[in-house]
Amino acid sequence: MSIRIAIAQCAPALGAFERNLAMHDSWIARAKAAGARVVVFPELSLTGYYLKDLAADVATPATGERLERIAAASKGIDVCAGFVERGPDAVLRIAQGYWSGGSLVHVHRKVYLPTYGIFDDGRYFGPGDRFETFSSALGTTGIAICEDLWHVSTPYLYAAAGATVVLSPSDSPGRGVAEGGDLGTAESCRLMDRFYAQYLTLYVVFANRVGTEDGIAFWGGSEVVAPDGSVVARAPDFDEHLLVAEIDTHLVARERDRNPLVRDERRDVVHAQLGRAAGGPD
Amino acid sequence: MVTERLGAIRPDPRDASPLRIDEVLVRRMLVAFLREEAAKSGHRRVVVAVSGGVDSAAVAALAAETFGPERVTALFMPYRTSAAESAEHARLVARTFGLALEEVDISPQVDAYFARLGEVDRVRRGNKMARERKAIEYDRAWPDGLVVGTSNKTELLLGYGTRWGDMASDLNPVGDLYKTQLRELAVLLGVPDVIVRKAPSADLWVGQTDEGELGFTYAQADLLLYHLVDRRMRPAELIAAGFDAALVAGIRERVRRNHFKRLMPLIAKVSLRTIGHDFLYPRDWEAD
Repeated sequence: MSIRIAIAQCAPALGAFERNLAMHDSWIARAKAAGARVVVFPELSLTGYYLKDLAADVATPATGERLERIAAASKGIDVCAGFVERGPDAVLRIAQGYWSGGSLVHVHRKVYLPTYGIFDDGRYFGPGDRFETFSSALGTTGIAICEDLWHVSTPYLYAAAGATVVLSPSDSPGRGVAEGGDLGTAESCRLMDRFYAQYLTLYVVFANRVGTEDGIAFWGGSEVVAPDGSVVARAPDFDEHLLVAEIDTHLVARERDRNPLVRDERRDVVHAQLGRAAGGPD
Repeated sequence: MVTERLGAIRPDPRDASPLRIDEVLVRRMLVAFLREEAAKSGHRRVVVAVSGGVDSAAVAALAAETFGPERVTALFMPYRTSAAESAEHARLVARTFGLALEEVDISPQVDAYFARLGEVDRVRRGNKMARERKAIEYDRAWPDGLVVGTSNKTELLLGYGTRWGDMASDLNPVGDLYKTQLRELAVLLGVPDVIVRKAPSADLWVGQTDEGELGFTYAQADLLLYHLVDRRMRPAELIAAGFDAALVAGIRERVRRNHFKRLMPLIAKVSLRTIGHDFLYPRDWEAD
């Protein structure tokens, strides 16, 4: 079965929630017109990334009224969009929601908050504490927000929990402009997407944003990589783009028949080994 | 009986008490700040532009107390339209704190520049004057002095100042004090009453007053900014507490619109390590 997915490679406004809501409406309409079942927005698509103290101003509970328009829009197409969540414990977190049929189906909270180099997530946000799969229009799905995907364990845990699709909404800044090559960051991301897809035999959907915030440019290059390691579709670097691609659920089955790496994973051995590494009983 | 919590937030447009500071403590902190930060960069002399107003008077007092009057270059830089009162007050400040006041008339250089341009907006002229003055301060700081800034927290937050003009400096001891707080400190420092009490003015054109130009008083702005900035209250909460809705919106928008004035220029990141983004060292980068 083939399911059409769209990635909204957009440039959110920093701290302008209402403007971003309107921006989402127009991308959702375009994705619908393109016949997509799901549209994936980048990390913090409703708020922008380098919020600093603005984080508190744009925050909302996951089921708050500020997000009602997104929920309503999901009656015609599933929407995966990013926002700052003010949790029930009043902590701010970087969240990505998945809305379907008019309501919120799943929320992932960014677990790995980069706080080094050009990143300062840990100063402004609290971390999520789990990687949970959920059932989406694409099958069993896991969400890995930007830095989450850079940790090998994240896609592994999703695969171990049965995911056939990993959505990775990102705000990846472009840097490293040595002559003759790709942007340093782009090269790393592409390698990662392809490796995870092929060796965990699942789809990787990398939804990166574009635009500039405070002198830092997000490079785009969103892509869908299939479980055989092939790049199904890739958006241009630096420009806004609606990327449309087909996700073929049979391909996951075929690759897993041919290459049953995930089936043969010794979860018991991994679990015991990690338990020992974490200081548990031998 | 209900006991009020220490440091409780009391947003009330008629209650200015949250702005009160311990002036004695603040004076100690600011003198230590000037002494240590100047010493770390190997400077023993400072330049202060004295306008005749209360902010620069307080800064001149702090500088004299920290470095000794002989190590303070006090500059008064009038333009031909500057109020006569400004000159009197600048001289009064110098006498009060034992400073030798150098007077530099900026009229020739400002007029020479604008002579070719005909009639220009008074704000544009004012910006030019502020930048001419700052250029002179930096010239007079050469080779071993630091320029001490006089922009207070209210001006910085409202963006009521000229970028690279009066807002520029090497060290600013008063940038975290609201105008009304700085006035209180000035009293403790011995700034003459006539200067503390007069209507604040940038004196960039005849009859200009800060409060006239801003459209609200410092007392109003400071209390609002205190709750908005220091106590992180939301505009809607302040309006609910009785603050004027238009004033809240207007001031909040000024703070947002002028934020760029408080920051260094943006550098476009392209490389692996970029000044200001991920090449981050302390300003007090000391050698062994």
